[in-house]
Amino acid sequence: MFGTALIVFRETLEAALIIGVIAAATRGVPMRGRWLTGGVVLGLIGSALVAAGMERIAQVADGLGQEIFNASILGVAVLMLAWHNIWMASHGRAMAAEAKSLGGAIREGSRTLSVLLVVIAVAVLREGSETVLFLYGITLSGSSSVMQMVAGAMLGVAGGAAVGITLYKGLLRIPLKWFFTATSALVLLLAAGMAAQAARFLAQADLLPSLASPLWNLSAVLPNESAVGTLLHGLVGYDAQPAGIQVVFYVAVALAIAAGMRWVGNKTHAPQK
Amino acid sequence: MQKLFAAIVLGLAAGPLVVCAADVEVKLVIENHRFTPETVKVPAGQKVKLLIENRDATPEEFDSHALNREKVIPAKSTGSVFIGPLKAGSYPFVGEFNDKTAKGVVLAE
Repeated sequence: MFGTALIVFRETLEAALIIGVIAAATRGVPMRGRWLTGGVVLGLIGSALVAAGMERIAQVADGLGQEIFNASILGVAVLMLAWHNIWMASHGRAMAAEAKSLGGAIREGSRTLSVLLVVIAVAVLREGSETVLFLYGITLSGSSSVMQMVAGAMLGVAGGAAVGITLYKGLLRIPLKWFFTATSALVLLLAAGMAAQAARFLAQADLLPSLASPLWNLSAVLPNESAVGTLLHGLVGYDAQPAGIQVVFYVAVALAIAAGMRWVGNKTHAPQK
Repeated sequence: MQKLFAAIVLGLAAGPLVVCAADVEVKLVIENHRFTPETVKVPAGQKVKLLIENRDATPEEFDSHALNREKVIPAKSTGSVFIGPLKAGSYPFVGEFNDKTAKGVVLAE
């Protein structure tokens, strides 16, 4: 049961961290609960569908369907996070800074909720489909009873959710003055990390060169499977042994989003000078 | 945003151009939640295609932090994973869904 719980925990954790960041970034936005829950529900339905169709997905494109599928949905999530951040830079943050209140930002924030729903659905779907396959395997092999499996899975999900909630509560403690800067920085790094993961899948399918694998090796200092490594991986895309192409994607996406935010930020400020 | 699109489009467009043929292929079998062979020798400095055949009735996930790879291999099917070019050394991997028994290592030399 604990073996099951541990694996389910690991799979849940990444999605829980992403949800924690997004929940914080949409703090105070009306109806956000409905949108965020909607994302989770859609992701869970998607998980079951993807798990059921995994054999078919895997056979597409000469056995590289899984990589292309994963890279594509990660790409969609990156675009959505980029859009959210740039939108907030042009509307939300400027208004919050000028009015010294959250009101304006909150109204603007509700416009990106539908976009963030997609991000949450993608996060849940990616981790969820693997969890479903894993649990299905346990059921088939009969290595533990269904009761034990369900108990283990629930324990794992609860553990993952607890970490996500802790992160969310921690983020809410950031003073309002820095809150937008902090959450948008986190969203930016989250997007860059997802882009790096997409690059990894494309290199795994040999659709991109890996360009030095690994480019550096920090596994002696901070291994991926350590608690801190796992957290940083989920939050900012930390990888102890990244391939060159992952670093290229990470930096390119981070710079592109930062440039986009700065560009629209300047534009909205310009007329007042 | 435009830059982001440009970066992604460029990245995707450049991809197929650099794919080179004549890779080394290495076969791996998963049976009874174990890998055969458990030590996979591959040439260092070369891209290698791992062909992983899962003969079990349950899905398995090939997972390696050292190789930076993860891929679900559905039951009774074969999946391929490209690795490297690797520096000489050993790179452990596991079958994440059965990580007590499904363990192995890629030796690049």
